[in-house]
Amino acid sequence: MVELTLPKNSVVKTGKTWPKPQGATNIRTFRIYRWDPDTGENPRVDTYFVDLDTCGPMILDALIKIKNEIDPTLTFRRSCREGICGSCAMNIDGVNTLACTRGMDEIKGDVKIYPLPHMPVVKDLVPDLTHFYAQHASVMPWLETKSNTPAKEWRQSIEDRKKLDGLYECIMCASCSTSCPSYWWNGDKYLGPAALLHAYRWIIDSRDEATGERLDSLEDPFKLYRCHTIMNCTKTCPKGLNPAKAIASIKKMMVERTV
Amino acid sequence: MADIERGNRPLSPHLQIYRPQITSVTSIFTRVTGNALIVGAVLIVWWLIAAGAGPEAFARADWVLTSWLGNLVMFGSLWALWYHTLAGIRHVIWDNGYGLELETAEKLGWIVIFGSGVLTVLTVLTLWIF
Repeated sequence: MVELTLPKNSVVKTGKTWPKPQGATNIRTFRIYRWDPDTGENPRVDTYFVDLDTCGPMILDALIKIKNEIDPTLTFRRSCREGICGSCAMNIDGVNTLACTRGMDEIKGDVKIYPLPHMPVVKDLVPDLTHFYAQHASVMPWLETKSNTPAKEWRQSIEDRKKLDGLYECIMCASCSTSCPSYWWNGDKYLGPAALLHAYRWIIDSRDEATGERLDSLEDPFKLYRCHTIMNCTKTCPKGLNPAKAIASIKKMMVERTV
Repeated sequence: MADIERGNRPLSPHLQIYRPQITSVTSIFTRVTGNALIVGAVLIVWWLIAAGAGPEAFARADWVLTSWLGNLVMFGSLWALWYHTLAGIRHVIWDNGYGLELETAEKLGWIVIFGSGVLTVLTVLTLWIF
């Protein structure tokens, strides 16, 4: 359902301004969304000042520096720091991306950081991804076969393998799905770009033998067809993938198999 | 059902903080123009029905529709019609599996914006001349 404004308990207030680092000359301002489940207060935006002369170049470097040196209560997910785990996906400077691969020099002015949009917030920059993962599981993201298991591996030609390029690289960071207005309004029933990209990855896998069932399960007014090609997903994907194209390909297959 | 169950957790900001993209802005305007055209169409239908109902009714409808406000609404509807048409063509292209690379999709967005403007001006000029 379209709700343009935030619920009462989600309205963001102005928060605390933390002290500037002493003696620093090269300072960058960070405005970061905070919500503490223990206080019951509304979310707020805190202001931090980071000394860039003693900080790494990436947004994640600054977040870790803030947590280490200014405010240890700042909460965010991070792990690999090289764009492969997908943990540190968040909304930076108005678009969803990975904090570890977004350089501070790519952003003009103050750095504004929010959790992934239109998600339940667990704490600060940590969104609850339970529903997102459940949707991923619902597309059966594994090889479904009916024929007897071969003695060695399930073989695939080089051409068929190439069809998976641009799909298998998805790291499930949820940047695309949470950038999608359709997913904002209908995320309970619309699967969203990430789950649909994964659905397509198995639909076009030459080794998979459940293509019909996979398409059947997507034949639904919401699961697939809430995609209106807004393309925020493709624009925001930190891995440079194209979920919008994958979804369009599924829609095309749906038409082709009925005519 | 409105949304997934959040308990007492807040909903993270969305529309308030997300940077508008050329593809998202052209998408929402497709919907806006589509809905606005319903109003435009109702006005035109009123004008036609009034023409059939008699000179008095027509004079009233015609006075409203050719007033400065009526002209403005009709000019807006003309732009909306061109915009919605071009955006519709863009959807046909996409539904056939073309133009989905980001650069092309963004170019198509600018074509819809500038194309609808140019076609609107051309239509007005054509109506003026003939």
